[in-house]
Amino acid sequence: MKVLVAVKRVIDYNVKVRVKADNTDVDLTNVKMAMNPFCEIAVEEAVRLKEKGVATEIVVVSIGPKVAQEQIRTALALGADRGILIETEEKLESLTVAKALKAVVDKEEPQLVILGKQSIDNDNNQTGQMLGALTGLPQGTFASEVAVDGEKVNVTREIDGGLRTVALSLPAIVTTDLRLNEPRYASLPNIMKAKRKPLEVVAPGDLGVEIKSTQTLVKVEAPAERSAGITVSSVDELVEKLKTEAKVL
Amino acid sequence: MGILVVAEHNNASLNGATLNAIAAAAAIGGDIDVLVAGKGCGAVAEAAAKVAGVAKVLVADDAAYEYQLGETVGDLVAELGKGYSHILAAASTTGKDFLPRTAAILDVNMISEITAVVSADTFARPIYAGNAIATVQSSDAIKVITVRTTGFDPVAAEGGSAAVESVSAVADKGISAFAGEELAKSDRPELAGAEIVISGGRGMQNGENFEMLYKVADKLGAAVGASRAAVDAGFVPNDMQVGQTGKIVAPNLYVAVGISGAIQHLAGMKDSKVIVAINKDEEAPIFSVADYGLVADLFEAVPELDSKL
Ligand SMILES: Cc1cc2nc3c(=O)[nH]c(=O)nc-3n(C[C@H](O)[C@H](O)[C@H](O)COP(=O)(O)OP(=O)(O)OC[C@H]3O[C@@H](n4cnc5c(N)ncnc54)[C@H](O)[C@@H]3O)c2cc1C
Ligand SMILES: Nc1ncnc2c1ncn2[C@@H]1O[C@H](COP(=O)(O)O)[C@@H](O)[C@H]1O
Repeated sequence: MKVLVAVKRVIDYNVKVRVKADNTDVDLTNVKMAMNPFCEIAVEEAVRLKEKGVATEIVVVSIGPKVAQEQIRTALALGADRGILIETEEKLESLTVAKALKAVVDKEEPQLVILGKQSIDNDNNQTGQMLGALTGLPQGTFASEVAVDGEKVNVTREIDGGLRTVALSLPAIVTTDLRLNEPRYASLPNIMKAKRKPLEVVAPGDLGVEIKSTQTLVKVEAPAERSAGITVSSVDELVEKLKTEAKVL
Repeated sequence: MGILVVAEHNNASLNGATLNAIAAAAAIGGDIDVLVAGKGCGAVAEAAAKVAGVAKVLVADDAAYEYQLGETVGDLVAELGKGYSHILAAASTTGKDFLPRTAAILDVNMISEITAVVSADTFARPIYAGNAIATVQSSDAIKVITVRTTGFDPVAAEGGSAAVESVSAVADKGISAFAGEELAKSDRPELAGAEIVISGGRGMQNGENFEMLYKVADKLGAAVGASRAAVDAGFVPNDMQVGQTGKIVAPNLYVAVGISGAIQHLAGMKDSKVIVAINKDEEAPIFSVADYGLVADLFEAVPELDSKL
């Protein structure tokens, strides 16, 4: 079966982002960028399905600037077969991304679409579910286990109370949680090989997708700083402070 | 045009997170209706009708909603939500699952995990693991929103007397089904609502050592949480993870034991009133957010703490 994986270019998760002095946005100049960690897990899951003989082809898609080709190449180096970049320099909201992905789903007709559960920049956690609604497909969100079983896929989901498994008819949408798998690193030969894998670049208009915005970023501020506390020298002092100073015990 | 709040529940009782979502609705202003979608959920509807400030409770009692599947609940909320200016739900794993689906059906964007209401169309929400707070204005006809419970004090569970009205289910397309679950069983309070949370990290070394934290927690009536490293290593189950991609907590007291304080962990607990860190590494970043830091070996400090409480 064909698997479609959506990957997003975001700030590297190790970078502590700063807010711009004029409070219009965060400052991303010269900041290290990478594939969203949840998307790495999505790629890894697709590659494992291919290794198991369940998946036959892995297509990766990203919507974003020209440089997002880097993240598609990374996915190709990890084992994806071909890439599609829907190129735009504009700021994207989830509904637009979901509509662009729907256009790709209509064209490619994958049996499984794997996305990350959340982008670590906007922390939205929306796109996979929106794609589910637009395509009319079932969704297994926050997955920690994916088992394809004939015409169905069983997805174990991480929920607030523990774990829940849902049985979805295929085609289906899965969004990944952290414990689904541990992504591999790309080897040098595979990075070289990935350079020759096909990467198609299209404009949103080619897919009939219009980039619309309904949200205005009024301002972006740094969170309230916690003032540095004190170091206590013993458990006794800690208990004493919590009782008499903080009054929380 | 009123506000529709979708109740969080397990068919038997109303989850407290609903009261925080209703508080956000009250901050927006307007008539507040609550939807209870479930199966055999009459008691939940009764509880919702008693909540202060609720105008009407809609009940969709149908097998399709027993397990809160995103597909069926998403369709129902889109159908009922058409007549409202705002649709709200708690930012739980349930709300996060169905509400983006609802938004897409209504052809609107969604605003995730708001922590403050600025006006009826403008909301504050953390982005970049809480390293920035964005104020977002929406021009969508219907505002679809999840509410981060730590941002809003709950409204009173008693004092209201709303009318309860049955609504019919939307046809189940039959594309997804519940296939089983493994729920954590614990007599300790839930992480989300606890006044005190004590969390362990990789420094705990194994699951058995978490017993030390359970003992302290039981003395304090606290909930027990964990870092991702502790969950990944299999010390404790996933529902205990605190952080950017786990649970967000803001108790009166948060005690971090053997946790380094990565930004992703801080994102889930740095709004706690008082933070205590116990770590043997005095350079650990957790100390930069701790009100009280104790540089010590946890295997000595925690048993001592237990004995002194
Ligand atoms: C996309 C993404 C999402 C993430 N989401 C989350 C999340 O939601 N929550 C989360 O927690 N993490 C999250 N992480 C992981 C995060 O980056 C850190 O890796 C993790 O929080 C580290 O956990 P830790 O502090 O327990 O472990 P470590 O960083 O290994 O720290 C262990 C600490 O224990 C101390 N220690 C060891 N032995 C002792 C002892 N005997 N006595 C006292 N102290 C001791 C050490 O000094 C050290 O500071 C995420 C990462 C990514 C990439
Ligand atoms: N611009 C994009 N291009 C490709 N995939 C995306 C994009 N934005 C979001 N996604 C996918 O949707 C997931 C969830 O993102 P979000 O809803 O933004 O939190 C990500 O992990 C990606 O898999």
